[in-house]
Amino acid sequence: MKTDALIERLSERAEPVRAHALTRALGIGTGAGALVSFAAMMLWLGPRPDLMQAMGTGAYWMKFFYTLLFALGGLWTLERLSRPGARTRTQMTLEALPFAAIALWALLRLAMAPAETRMPMMMGHSADVCPWRIILLALPVFAGALWSLRRFAPTRPALAGAAAGLAAGALGAFIYAFHCNESAAAFVALWYTFGIVCVGAIGAVAGRFLLRW
Amino acid sequence: MSEAEPRLKALMAAALDGDAGAYRALLSALTPHLRAYFARRLGHADAEDLVQETLIAIHTKRATYDRTLPFTAWLHAIARYKLIDHFRRARLRRTLPIEDAHSVLAEEDCESASARRDVEKLLAALPRNKRELVRQVKIEGLSTAEASRASGISQSAVKVGVHRALKTLSAMVGKRAP
Repeated sequence: MKTDALIERLSERAEPVRAHALTRALGIGTGAGALVSFAAMMLWLGPRPDLMQAMGTGAYWMKFFYTLLFALGGLWTLERLSRPGARTRTQMTLEALPFAAIALWALLRLAMAPAETRMPMMMGHSADVCPWRIILLALPVFAGALWSLRRFAPTRPALAGAAAGLAAGALGAFIYAFHCNESAAAFVALWYTFGIVCVGAIGAVAGRFLLRW
Repeated sequence: MSEAEPRLKALMAAALDGDAGAYRALLSALTPHLRAYFARRLGHADAEDLVQETLIAIHTKRATYDRTLPFTAWLHAIARYKLIDHFRRARLRRTLPIEDAHSVLAEEDCESASARRDVEKLLAALPRNKRELVRQVKIEGLSTAEASRASGISQSAVKVGVHRALKTLSAMVGKRAP
């Protein structure tokens, strides 16, 4: 086809685009995924029985805000990476901050604790299942994010996939925290983060193949 | 292109609001820039294909333009992505020319037999309807219209199906090639 004819045909299809169409699609994709994950968590694991008392403790809110802020930073980074030519440095820095904060806090607590309690603080009683459950709970969110990303234009597909994985992992961890009754910052900094980073790695590989356009 | 930024940005904003005239003006204004951009890097033969691909990408991905950001940065990132994508595909074609499969099969020697087995192996990974389409259009050499009649789907569905299937195949080959 001649380029002029193509232009003619494309301009006949100039339907209006809403200003926040991309943000909306991303919200719908990840939101629907998060709903599925939350339902899965409720049916499969169930919320912790002492949820009400736990909400009065700092440890509960530490997990809550670590994962929530990580997820929000991740989604914002993802939104930038979906747009060709948009800068992402600020968003990536913001995404790294929650981890920096919890890592620092965990190190402080470990340094103050007696030596023989450090290992139990790091390992908790569920280190063997925590990351895997986070990965499983992240998968629906990740699928939702990919669904919306395929309609966007990530010029760096592997990086966008990794960002989608990290955001989905953090949301999966946020949902898992309703079940998990670990309270040590060191445990969260290690095992929550490990689960989240695994989903990020899955995302990088998936993005390389699935996010081309 | 930067001195044109305010004008292009205004046209893009109007186009996103559904102004077909502004959209046509925008695409027409971009075309010579894109043509020069790709011709400088690829020569004139491939440039026109890339121009059209980029125009289509601008259209299908126009929701990704953030009206608060520079339009030329968005445009340049898309053109650059399409250029890189072109180089990647060109490299794939050199390692295994799927598109020329029928001419390979036409030669009768043991190489052609193994090539045929390779093609069959690749095709086996596709869903059945796609496999049939690729076989009809790319190997048996049916026209789009004939394949459309044979499979009972529209001509554009045939084109899209074949295109997607070839993309899947080249992705598979890309994974195995060094």
